[in-house]
Amino acid sequence: MASKAQRMPKRLRIASTAFVLLWFILAAFPFIWTVWGSFKVELDFFSIADWTNALTGERTKAVYDSAFTGTGYDGAWVQKEFWRNVINTGIVCFFVVTISLTIGTLGGYALSRSSHNYTFWLLITALIFRAMPPITLVSGYLLPFFEWNVWGILPTTIIVLVAINQPFTLWMLHSFFKNIPSELDESAKVDGCNQFQAFRRVIIPVMWPGVITTGLFSFLLAYNDFAVGAMLLSESNRTMVPAIAAFLGTTQTEGNVMFAVAAVVSATVPLFILVMFFQRQIVGGLTAGAVKG
Amino acid sequence: MRHKTFLWFFLPTGLAMLLFIALPIVSVVIQSIFAPHQAVLVEVENCTPLVGCTTETTIDQDATAALRAEKPLGRFVGLDVYFDRGHLAITEVSETWAASESLGGFFSELGNLPFYRAMAFTLTYTFVVTPLLILLGLMIALAVNSLHRHLKGLMIFFSLLPMIITPLIGALILFWMIDSRGIIGSALIGLAGDPNFSLKASTGLMWISLIIYGIWSSAPFAFVVFYAGLQTLPADQLEAAQIDGATRWQQVKYVVVPHLMPLVTFVALIQLMDNFKVFEPIIGFNASAHATSLSWIIFNDMGGETRQLSAASATSVLTIIGVAILLSPVLVRTWRDFKGRT
Repeated sequence: MASKAQRMPKRLRIASTAFVLLWFILAAFPFIWTVWGSFKVELDFFSIADWTNALTGERTKAVYDSAFTGTGYDGAWVQKEFWRNVINTGIVCFFVVTISLTIGTLGGYALSRSSHNYTFWLLITALIFRAMPPITLVSGYLLPFFEWNVWGILPTTIIVLVAINQPFTLWMLHSFFKNIPSELDESAKVDGCNQFQAFRRVIIPVMWPGVITTGLFSFLLAYNDFAVGAMLLSESNRTMVPAIAAFLGTTQTEGNVMFAVAAVVSATVPLFILVMFFQRQIVGGLTAGAVKG
Repeated sequence: MRHKTFLWFFLPTGLAMLLFIALPIVSVVIQSIFAPHQAVLVEVENCTPLVGCTTETTIDQDATAALRAEKPLGRFVGLDVYFDRGHLAITEVSETWAASESLGGFFSELGNLPFYRAMAFTLTYTFVVTPLLILLGLMIALAVNSLHRHLKGLMIFFSLLPMIITPLIGALILFWMIDSRGIIGSALIGLAGDPNFSLKASTGLMWISLIIYGIWSSAPFAFVVFYAGLQTLPADQLEAAQIDGATRWQQVKYVVVPHLMPLVTFVALIQLMDNFKVFEPIIGFNASAHATSLSWIIFNDMGGETRQLSAASATSVLTIIGVAILLSPVLVRTWRDFKGRT
């Protein structure tokens, strides 16, 4: 947009900037508002009298002598033991990302280097699996898991999430490995490596950008999952998102909605940091599939 | 790559998908043609002198429990579960069809059946949200693209947030704001001039809120994809259009949009499939009284003490069929690409 002819007329530029500003408010304001409100008492955040109370914290001042209070966080983390759910989510995310990247890398590499017809059908099958809502599968898990006595524990959920994650991982890594010239591992094989050695010595050192991008999306899937965790985990093993959903039921009756607000804000922070550091990779991953068509 | 090497590389991921995706589908289909056992009834004769004998029918708890333990799947009922009131409701539908005078009356009667009610919302949501989010994403992409370089990165950062956020959490954040005591809720009360105005009270308003949430959370995806597409826009085409005297609007219509068209198709196909899965916002908005979706029905049937697995399985199978119909254009396209390549 360097040429003079391309420069926008003034009125259009104002309209366009106003639109961007409007979208910025729509996208960012709910988060800022909720973070700000999570340090208030309920009567301020849900203010009947005057909405500006949520900004100034009139009631909060009346109760705690200060416009900010950490009681919501205290209630969620200490009283309701939200830290347990945070640890569970940490465990689930770590293992889901590690396992699904390990087996997905091997599978995606094989799919990209084989020219047989069945690779196409495997990719199509993966695409169909990717399109199915995870919740439709859960009703198939419950009965066998009860029978084998593996319902409610973290490893079961981890394996299920890894499997649900595989179709997407395979597609991402397949198209990523396609972009690594196959001459690289072919020449390694000419030098006497077998396929696995070629993979280990030649491909692994250059695959990290694609693996990191795929890993981010695996992490998001595991972190954002609600349906699987809510159905397959017992109460003591719950991850963050099902725990927050359970909070809503109990806290609304007890008048402790602020616990849920604090828990929601706590669960948003890691995602915020993730986008801050990996914005480029996330955008790259989202567009990689699209640009290929 | 030789078949054997391929097999070893693909085995772990293939096994995971086979065991935890393919087999559960089979298991869901099987469960959907079985129904829970009915209780075993026994007739007990009570005889008291002078009064005479009465027979009483009671539930034989032990026998019922034994039967349930022996065959946890239940009894075979064929397609009965699919046709019952909770699903396709064949008898109810044909009765209403015969009874109702007009098409409108027929459809409003259908809305009382849980499956059709969920279907109505799911389809409305899918086909309203998808075009609107593409439009909004395109507008944001065009507007952001004309910004200064330093502002672009900041805008992309904040734009990603609604999409990256956990759906349930995003829905809750908006729900608390539209609560009648929340900031948007009280602003609406001020606008409507009615202190009892509440989004939660009316079905129509609840649907609109859910649709707005859907657009809010998915527009960033369209934006990012279109924005990337704009970076590859050939400058000479735009210049040629300008020399031919095209207005700015005509440039967008005849140069930019055709260039982005493959991406629009891509976003539309992905979003149709994803929006069809709509589930978390209904939980977050606590909206099940006004709007239900197919995924919500499955979740609701499975939860709680009762765990109606065969009902949930039947809905799951119907949902999978729905997804397959939506997916068929993608499959046809991929098939053509594949044929074209070889």
